[in-house]
Amino acid sequence: MSRIGKIARRTFLVGSAAVVGGVAFGYYAYKRPPANPLLTDLDEGEAALTPYVKIDNSGITLITPRADSGQGAYHVQAALIAEELDVELDQVTVDPGMPDPAYYNTALSAEAAPFRSTDDGFAANSTRGIMDAMMKFLGMQITGGSTTVPDSFEKLRLAGAVARETLKAAAAKKTGADIADLTTEKGAVILPGGGTLAYTELAATAATMDPVNDVTLRDPSTWRLVGKEMERVDIVAKSTGTQAYGIDFEIDGMVHASVRTSPCRGMMNGFDAEAARQMRGVIDIVQVKDGVAAVADNTWRAIQAVNAIDVDWGPAAYPSEQAEHWQALSDSFNADQQDSQFRDDGDVEAALDGAEAITAEYRAPYLAHAPLEPISAVVQVTDDRVDVWTGTQIPRFVQTNVAKLTGLDTDQVFVHVLMMGGSFGHRLEDRVVREATEIAMQMKGTPVKLTYSREEDTIQNDTRQIAMARGRGAVKDGKVDAYDLGIAMPSVVASQMGRQGLPTPGPDLQIVAGAWEQPMQIPNYRVTGYRAPELAPISSWRSVGASTNGFFHDVFLDELIHAAGADPMEERLRLCWHDPSHKTLEAVAEMSNWGSDPGPNKGRGVAFCMSFGVPTAEVVEVTNQNGAIRIDKVWVAVEVGRVIDPVNFDNMVQGGIVWALGHAMNSEITIADGMAEQRNYFDFEGMRLSQAPDIFVKGLENGDTVRGMGEPMVPPAAAALSNAIFAATGQRIRKMPMNRHIDFV
Amino acid sequence: MKLTVNGTAHEVDVEDDMPLLWVLRDELNIKGVKYGCGVAQCGACTVHIDGEAVRSCQTAAADVWGEVTTIEGLGTPDAMHAVQQAWVDHQVAQCGYCQSGQMMQAAALLAENPAPTDTDIDIAMNGNLCRCGTYNRIRAAVKTAATKLQEA
Repeated sequence: MSRIGKIARRTFLVGSAAVVGGVAFGYYAYKRPPANPLLTDLDEGEAALTPYVKIDNSGITLITPRADSGQGAYHVQAALIAEELDVELDQVTVDPGMPDPAYYNTALSAEAAPFRSTDDGFAANSTRGIMDAMMKFLGMQITGGSTTVPDSFEKLRLAGAVARETLKAAAAKKTGADIADLTTEKGAVILPGGGTLAYTELAATAATMDPVNDVTLRDPSTWRLVGKEMERVDIVAKSTGTQAYGIDFEIDGMVHASVRTSPCRGMMNGFDAEAARQMRGVIDIVQVKDGVAAVADNTWRAIQAVNAIDVDWGPAAYPSEQAEHWQALSDSFNADQQDSQFRDDGDVEAALDGAEAITAEYRAPYLAHAPLEPISAVVQVTDDRVDVWTGTQIPRFVQTNVAKLTGLDTDQVFVHVLMMGGSFGHRLEDRVVREATEIAMQMKGTPVKLTYSREEDTIQNDTRQIAMARGRGAVKDGKVDAYDLGIAMPSVVASQMGRQGLPTPGPDLQIVAGAWEQPMQIPNYRVTGYRAPELAPISSWRSVGASTNGFFHDVFLDELIHAAGADPMEERLRLCWHDPSHKTLEAVAEMSNWGSDPGPNKGRGVAFCMSFGVPTAEVVEVTNQNGAIRIDKVWVAVEVGRVIDPVNFDNMVQGGIVWALGHAMNSEITIADGMAEQRNYFDFEGMRLSQAPDIFVKGLENGDTVRGMGEPMVPPAAAALSNAIFAATGQRIRKMPMNRHIDFV
Repeated sequence: MKLTVNGTAHEVDVEDDMPLLWVLRDELNIKGVKYGCGVAQCGACTVHIDGEAVRSCQTAAADVWGEVTTIEGLGTPDAMHAVQQAWVDHQVAQCGYCQSGQMMQAAALLAENPAPTDTDIDIAMNGNLCRCGTYNRIRAAVKTAATKLQEA
């Protein structure tokens, strides 16, 4: 049961200091919760009870600072607040609020520290504590790393409880009733005589009072919303075309822009815009960093005009042909480029000495994020204020970067976060905002909407990393005995943080994420990360390092298990020491009826990966239909500690499987002449409906920590597919996209 | 030129080759129709012209041959079309960006084929991409809507 102690007036509960156990010099200075941002901008009679709840006489607003890219973040955050606040979801307005340090992400740091999620030792927890303080210091209001639920789970319920108890105190003050006799329901305080006082009627009184911070969270058995099927707060809007996204935002006097910057991510030597300037509706042609923009009176005219500009691009900032990128990775498996070796159990070299070594090499290509809504931003620059309206996962970085560009202070930059039509990590980058700002600075006072064409969005995508792995292993007495995996990739974190001007010292955990921390007790077990040189710009793509490593790690394990002559499920169960992980394998075996005969020309493959602290086991069943593979069914068992909303959970996991399989089968970004060869969905397709298998999902709640599940279903999926194809055909597919090696129906 | 959208007649002054998508979005401020690819690869821009599902990004303004219906004309939050209601009941949407196009495609399918088989659904809906991967729910919602429409 969580309690919060006395916190100074007007600095309400923000962080989760109670879960931070570490001590380090300089740490406590940042432990003070940041000020409540809502208090600086309140109208008369408006009460902001915590940074997450705002009430006035017209309504209740829940502030949901984690951005929504379709994962249901607004809904989940609202439900957590509403649970303790005693409001119904149809009584409230949900607003992402303005970026503020108070909304820093405490859960992100937990996975940034180099300890296995299964490691609860003192060193692990104290380091996580230090990282947490750093995160607070940086005020990183980031949506990513499947952290929304872990970050919000306690914090937002406490916020709801603080608000509720304060409203009860206000009701007691107003009516003279004893606070102990008051209850709350459906956005109102229930008085002893049965009368009610709506929260909105109490806002003015509550605004004059100290908040009641001494609250106790309710027992899970009493929950009304959390864990139950709910109607998502945005589902009607999204089913009637009335949900507004970033790209739909309009403001009076707004002009439309579209941009082209170097497809080689280098410089622009020059351009000729004579023809473009003559086109109908074109207002201006302006330069931006490494590119040029057309400003027009509607989106289509801006796109047509920018495409009519003849541009001379400089050379690529990285090797210009794909083969050179693979070569750079291949050359990285050496001691000088070793980045980490967090896993080194037993003695791999001794075990392999004299044994019949099994070796394999794996590859995973660059991939675009390609959310269906192309990136866009509206920016209005004046002498003393900038407004930005955009769908972003990093509003605080946006605020800082726009301030730098315009020379204004960050508190003069107002970032309005809008609903996103998908992201998958794409909107962890902010180039569209920077470019829109550059254009708007040249048209002071005029709001400028910059919309990328699909082609520009694809070419300029900071892709998923390419990665390569080499495995060596041996088996003994029908068991896996030695497992040695080296993984080479450029550092995603260095590339991504580099664009934000942030240093990234030390090893990059993402190079081995999804491999080094697997809860498998192989007697001789080593995972080594090699840092390839920086190549094309890369960024976080749904599940980041684990998106490639989950494939490498588990397919190689599968190869060894087959070499040992063991059953793929039985041997994984034997090797897995971590109880919640073990249970996911048990569950998926039962769900898929593992061990039964799948029928002629069919094969099943199992894979397991723990990523973001979430153990996930999956079985894929395929049919070999005259040499072409059809995916029939997928079963998923995932351990998340607590399922917040079963419907949203099921949908999200199914979608993640489609995401992972679609790209593994069909998609890659390749570089030729210094630029991405792909332009649109015709050459970067992902999965379409006709290929989608039936997907069966089970959420397990055996762990004691709530975890987010936006990503963990991704890493095992491609491995389970490869393993299933092997079971059905005897062909082992080690490189993605798989359709280069086998046909799919 | 003249356009009738969701029962309302409009006069617009645009190039003949401006895609209907952009006439709707930027000239008439009808935003339920979405831009995803611009080349008829994703289906997010799907609208009906005289009841037929078309990709508005590849339909030139001058070529519009009949009355245009967008998702806003199919039904409203207070009076949903059976397809929209099924989309709510199954909670299909994640990001939701493709779903206007999905529903327009589904509504056209059901108008023509009231009891589609799984294969019919796969074929009719295959041109509508969903990057969030809500396909299992889309299939189920189409079937629910079909049942509802047949009962009606």
